[in-house]
Amino acid sequence: MYGRKVKLRFFFIFLIALTLSFTIFLILKSLEENVVFFKSPSEIKTLSEMQNKKIRVGGMVKTDSISIVNKELNFVITDFKNEINVVYSGLIPNLFEEGKGVVAEGYLNDENFFSATKILAKHDENYMPPEVKAALEEK
Amino acid sequence: MFKYFEPNKIFSVTSKAPKYVLLLFIIIFSIGLTEALIFSPEDYKQSHSVRIMYVHVPAAWISLGIFSTMTILSIFGYIFKIKNFFLISKSLAPSGFVFNVIALVTGSIWGKPTWGTWWAWDARITSMLILALFYLIYLIAWRIYDEKEQVYKITTIITILGIINVPIIKYSVDWWNTLHQPASINILSKSTIHSSMLAPLLIMTAAFALFSLLIFLMKYNTELIKIKNKGLDRL
Repeated sequence: MYGRKVKLRFFFIFLIALTLSFTIFLILKSLEENVVFFKSPSEIKTLSEMQNKKIRVGGMVKTDSISIVNKELNFVITDFKNEINVVYSGLIPNLFEEGKGVVAEGYLNDENFFSATKILAKHDENYMPPEVKAALEEK
Repeated sequence: MFKYFEPNKIFSVTSKAPKYVLLLFIIIFSIGLTEALIFSPEDYKQSHSVRIMYVHVPAAWISLGIFSTMTILSIFGYIFKIKNFFLISKSLAPSGFVFNVIALVTGSIWGKPTWGTWWAWDARITSMLILALFYLIYLIAWRIYDEKEQVYKITTIITILGIINVPIIKYSVDWWNTLHQPASINILSKSTIHSSMLAPLLIMTAAFALFSLLIFLMKYNTELIKIKNKGLDRL
């Protein structure tokens, strides 16, 4: 039905797309370490060596873990398997709350203690009016 | 079917269409804006800043949709040698680029009060920036190359390179840890956005789609006029 040239062009485009997809996939796979925006507390525990580099730790703010001692904010980031203690002083975003997502940027003191230089609140995918939220909580 | 490209026949339809599209756009856009800014509820957590989402999400969807359409048109145009497809693709690009920039800017405005930062180099945001760059490269390529056959090939390659980025944008939030939240609207599983917020979002998407169509028709008509007046056939 179609000419030989048409088929060849189709095959040509197909091969280009396939090769490029594979290449990009391999590049991203090998760069995974740098593509992720933050590490979870469990991933921090498995780090082979302590790095002095700035890193980001993310997870949930553990319920009832926020306390302020000597103008320093202390809280615990958890991924429900492992936890890490965070110390921070500075501005916090409005959405920073217990039981909600957070990303802390800073330095590891050891595998259990993290001093943050910046706190970002992570919003989740749930969108609803306050009344619906209240009704959900009553259940 | 596509072999016989007749600018005159197409033009007789596309030259009349814009005014109707504009009228429809104004109606849908006013409904969408009142729904989004007045009648829709505030979010339990973000309060009123959730309203940025009604511009941000449709803009992002449209820019992804337009780039995908451009790629399909370019590939088919290249394989079957259909000139018209390249012209359609070229006319679609500007509105896709504008919506891409709108998505980035509104995301940044939303990010400051919500996350606490204007910009983060996370996978979703960075890949969206890369898409904007691809749009830019595509648009510039049409300006640089005067020779038709050459520009068709080059823009096809650009769209193929760029389309690989599209699934990365879509799934970046699932594959990697990102600051950006995962999708709230899912076709296969339950959506996590309340229906009172979903309605204005969909109306705004329809409005933006109509706006893209309007800009597309205006660009496309210009292209057809250039072909009719052969001497002016510089892009």
